Amino acid sequence: MPDMQITVTVNGSPFTREVEPRLLLIHFLRDDLGLTGSHWGCDTSNCGACVVWLDEIPVKSCTVLAAMADGRRVLTVEGLERRGRLDPVQEAFARCHGLQCGFCTPGMMLTARWLLDHHPDPSPAEIREALSGQVCRCTGYENIVRSVQWAASYEAGLDGKAGAPAGEATQ
Amino acid sequence: MSGAYGPLPRKEDARFIRGRGLFVDDITLPGMLYGAILRSPLAHARIVSIDPAAARAHPRVEAVLTGEELAELGLAWMPTLSQDTQAVLATDKVRFQGQEIAFVVAQDRYSARDALELIHVEYEPLPVVVDAERALEPGAPVIRDDLPGKADNHIFDWEAGDKAATDAVFATADVVVSQDMLYPRSHPAPLETCGIVADMDRVSGRLTVWSTSQAPHAHRTIYALVAGIPEHKIRVISPDIGGGFGNKVPIYPGYICAIAGAMTTGRPVKWVEDRSENLMSTSFARDYHMHGEIAATAGGRVLALRARVLADHGSFNATAQPTKYPAGFFHIFTGSYDLRAAHCSVTAVYTNKAPGGVAYSCSFRVTEAVFLVERMMDLLARELGMDPADLRMKNLLRPEQFPYTCPTGWQYDSGDYPRALALAMDMAGYPELRREQAARRERGEYMGIGISFFTEGVGAGPRSHMDILGLGMADGVSLRVHPTGTAVLGVSCQTQGQGHETTFAQIVAHELGMSPGDIDVVHGDTDRTPFGLGTYGSRSTPVSGAAAAMVARKVRERARAVASAMLEVSPDDLEWAAGRWQVRGDPAQAAGIAEIAMAAHSALELPDGVEGHLDAEVVYNPPNLTFPFGAYICVTDVDPGTGQVTVRRFIAVDDCGVRINPMIVEGQVHGGLADGIGMALMQVIAFDAEGNCLGGSFMDYLLPTSVECPSWELGQTVTPSPHHPIGAKGVGESATVGSPAAIVNSVLDALAPFGVRHADMPLTPANVWSAIQGRRLRTDLAFP
Repeated sequence: MPDMQITVTVNGSPFTREVEPRLLLIHFLRDDLGLTGSHWGCDTSNCGACVVWLDEIPVKSCTVLAAMADGRRVLTVEGLERRGRLDPVQEAFARCHGLQCGFCTPGMMLTARWLLDHHPDPSPAEIREALSGQVCRCTGYENIVRSVQWAASYEAGLDGKAGAPAGEATQ
Repeated sequence: MSGAYGPLPRKEDARFIRGRGLFVDDITLPGMLYGAILRSPLAHARIVSIDPAAARAHPRVEAVLTGEELAELGLAWMPTLSQDTQAVLATDKVRFQGQEIAFVVAQDRYSARDALELIHVEYEPLPVVVDAERALEPGAPVIRDDLPGKADNHIFDWEAGDKAATDAVFATADVVVSQDMLYPRSHPAPLETCGIVADMDRVSGRLTVWSTSQAPHAHRTIYALVAGIPEHKIRVISPDIGGGFGNKVPIYPGYICAIAGAMTTGRPVKWVEDRSENLMSTSFARDYHMHGEIAATAGGRVLALRARVLADHGSFNATAQPTKYPAGFFHIFTGSYDLRAAHCSVTAVYTNKAPGGVAYSCSFRVTEAVFLVERMMDLLARELGMDPADLRMKNLLRPEQFPYTCPTGWQYDSGDYPRALALAMDMAGYPELRREQAARRERGEYMGIGISFFTEGVGAGPRSHMDILGLGMADGVSLRVHPTGTAVLGVSCQTQGQGHETTFAQIVAHELGMSPGDIDVVHGDTDRTPFGLGTYGSRSTPVSGAAAAMVARKVRERARAVASAMLEVSPDDLEWAAGRWQVRGDPAQAAGIAEIAMAAHSALELPDGVEGHLDAEVVYNPPNLTFPFGAYICVTDVDPGTGQVTVRRFIAVDDCGVRINPMIVEGQVHGGLADGIGMALMQVIAFDAEGNCLGGSFMDYLLPTSVECPSWELGQTVTPSPHHPIGAKGVGESATVGSPAAIVNSVLDALAPFGVRHADMPLTPANVWSAIQGRRLRTDLAFP
C-alpha cells in the first residue's frame, strides 16, 4: 500500500508525516518522532511498556496503528513534565523507589496519571486493578502502589485538603 | 564516618521518570540498518537447502547472511559460556524451534521482517526429543552429531559430597523420605528484550557495539576471540538495561549476526529481538528434574540429604557458571541445616530445546538447591507429624557454628539463623495463623502456611577456583578525584535496575567523607572502566562493591600523605575522623578530601614517594563468597473448586549483612518475591511432542501483575560478612531464590487434607485442581 499522510498532536505539538498504513503507533512515536520514552515490550498488549494516551484514554501503542491516531492527540511520558515542573506522579515514582530498570515506568506513570485524574483518592486495591494490565519485572509492584498513593496524597494537599506530604515537587 | 549509607533516592531516576533513559533500541546512528532473524519452525530437522535469492532482491534489503556466509568469516559457530559450541546460523541442521537460520539486513525494521518471508528453506524433519529422560534412552535421536564421535545426548556427570558416608547414614536412619520434583523450565523475561547496535569503522578497524549486556568486559573478550578483532579495537557499551535477571549474560547469535552485518555492509546495524524470539531462543532457566531423599531420627533430627538431578540443558550446553561448577552451586543444597552428610549427583543432557540455563536470578542454581531442601524439610515434617517451623528451628545451624563448612565443602561466612526465623514467625503471628487454619479447615476452607529458610552463596568469586571461559572472577575499579574534590568511580559491573550509580557512590562517599552527589559512577563502557566480569549471581556488591570500598581506602591513604605535607606533621600523627584527616589531639588541624585533592594537584611539595594526585585503581579478588540468608513465610488461600491460589500474605526476613541503601535492598526483595509468585504459580516454558515451544508469548507465558502480588511484609536482621570490607552480602537474588519454596509449601499445606503430598510448579488452577483429584500433572510437557 502507498504511504499515507497523518497529522498527530503529540504532547501539544502537531506532527505531519508520511507513514505506511501498517505502521504501529509505538514505532511512529519512537522512530519517526524520536520520542523514545515510550517502550516496546511484547507485541501482544500484555506488558504495557508502550502505554500512551490517545486523546484522554491510555492505550497500548504496540497494537494501535499510527493511522488511527490521525487527527487525534497523544500524550507520552515526555509530555508529563509541564513548564519545567514534574508531574506529581513523576515526583512520586522517584521518591518512593517506584522504579528500578525504568523500562515499564513511562507506561506505569501514564496509567497512574489517568487513574488520579478520574479517581483522586484510590485505595491500594483500586491502584492495583488500574495497573493490572501492565507488567513490571523489577519492583514487585509494592513501591509503584506507594508511588501512586503518594501522588494522590500530594495532589489532595494541592487542592487545599489535608494529608499533603511535606516538601515541594522539585527538580 | 560520614554516614553516607541510608535510603538515598536514586541518581538514576531523574532520567527515567522523564522518559530520558537510553536503552539499546533508543539508539539511532547515521546510515543505520536493521537486522531480523529467520528462525526454524521445526525443533529438529536437517537443512536441505536455503534460498535467500528473493530476499536479496527486495529493494530495501542490503544483505542476507546465512551460515554459509558466516562460515567464510569464521563466524558460523561460537563458543558458549560452558565451552561447548553453538551455531550462530545453522548450516547442517536445526536443533530447537526458534533456532537462527538467516539474518536479513534492511533499510528499516519492517522491510527486514518482510524479507524473512522471502527466504525459502527446505527441511528434512528428524525425530524430536524434548523429554530429558527419553533423551538418554538408547536409540534416542542424537542431537549433537556435529560433535566428533558423539553418539548420544549425554553432556556430563558431576557429583559433590561423600557418597559412602551419606549412604551409611541413610542405612541406619529412623526415617527416610524421598520425593521426585521438577523445577520446570522458566524464562527471566526482562521487559526489554535483548538487542545490539553494531558499528564497524572500516578505516580504523574499530568495532563499537551498544548491547544489552550484563557483562560488557567479558563480552569484549569473547568478541575478540570469536571474531578475531584485536581486543583494543573493540568497545562494548551497555547503556541503560531494561532488566536482565541473567538473561543478558550470554552472547547470542543475533549479536554476532549484527556484527557480521556491520562488517559486511560497512554501516551500523541494529538488531532487537521481539518477545517471542526472547522467550523461545534466549537463555532459559532451571529445567532440573530432581530426586531428593532426606534422613532423620524419629525425634526430628535431620541427618543427611541425597539428591539426584537430571539437568535438561537444551540443544547446546550454554549455561553460564564458573568452569569448575557445571551444575552451578547446586551442591549448596544442604541449605541452612546442621547435617552429618550429603551427596548429590547431576547428569546433564541435550534435548531439542533452546540452549541456556542458570539464568533468572538463581545465584548459579542455588534456587533449585533451596527448593529441593525446603520441600524435603516440609515432607519430612509431614512424615514425622511435626510443625515445619519446629522442625526447621530444631535443625538450623547455630550462630556459634560459623564460619561453618557444609558437608559439600562451602564455608558459610556468618549467620544467625534462629533469630531470622523467630522474627519471621513473630511478624507472621505464626501460632495464630495455625489456629486460624484449623478453624477454617473445620469450615471446609483451605488455607496454607508455607515456610522456607534459605542460604545462598553469592559473589563469585575467588579467582583460585572461579572463572568463566578462563576469565577469573575478580573485578577492577578506578577512582579519579578531581582537583576541586568531586570524583568519578569507574566500575565493571553493570546495573540493570539495581541502582549502582547510587549505592556505589554511597560506598565511596562513606569511606571518604564526601557527599554521594559529588561522585559519579561510570559503568557500561569498556573504554571508560577497568576490567571485570559483570553483574549476575548477586556479585556486584560482594565483589565490585568491595573493590569500591578498597579503592576509596587506597585514595584515603594517598590523601593522608598529602595531608601530612599540608599540615606539616608526620602521617603517623594523623587520624581519620569525621570524614577528614586530622592531627591527633588537635582536631582543629584537619583537612577534608576536597582540600587535599586541590593540594594534591598543586605545587605543594609532597613527601618522598608521593607523586601527586589522588587517583587509584584496585582489583578485588574475593576471599570467599558471601552467604546471605532469610526466613520466608507465605499464607495462601486455595479454592478447591477451581484450584485457584491466592497469596494472602508474604513475610520476608532477609539478612544480607550491612545495608548500604536499605530502600534499594527492599526494592530488590520486592521484585524477587514477585518472581517467586511467577515461578510457583504461573510461569513455565513447556513443549509439545513435536518440540513446539508453548510459552512463546506473554499470552502463554504468564507473568505476575499487581493483582497477583500481595503487599509484601519485610523484616531484616543484620549479620555482617566478616570478610567483606564493609560487611555487605549480595541480595539481588535472595527473594527469587527463597520465595518459590515458601509458596509451594504453603499451597501443599493447604491441600494436606486432600492427601496431596507434592505437585510440581507452576501451581496453576488446572494443576492444583488435578492434584486435588489425585492426579499429578507433568507441567513441562504437553503430552503423556
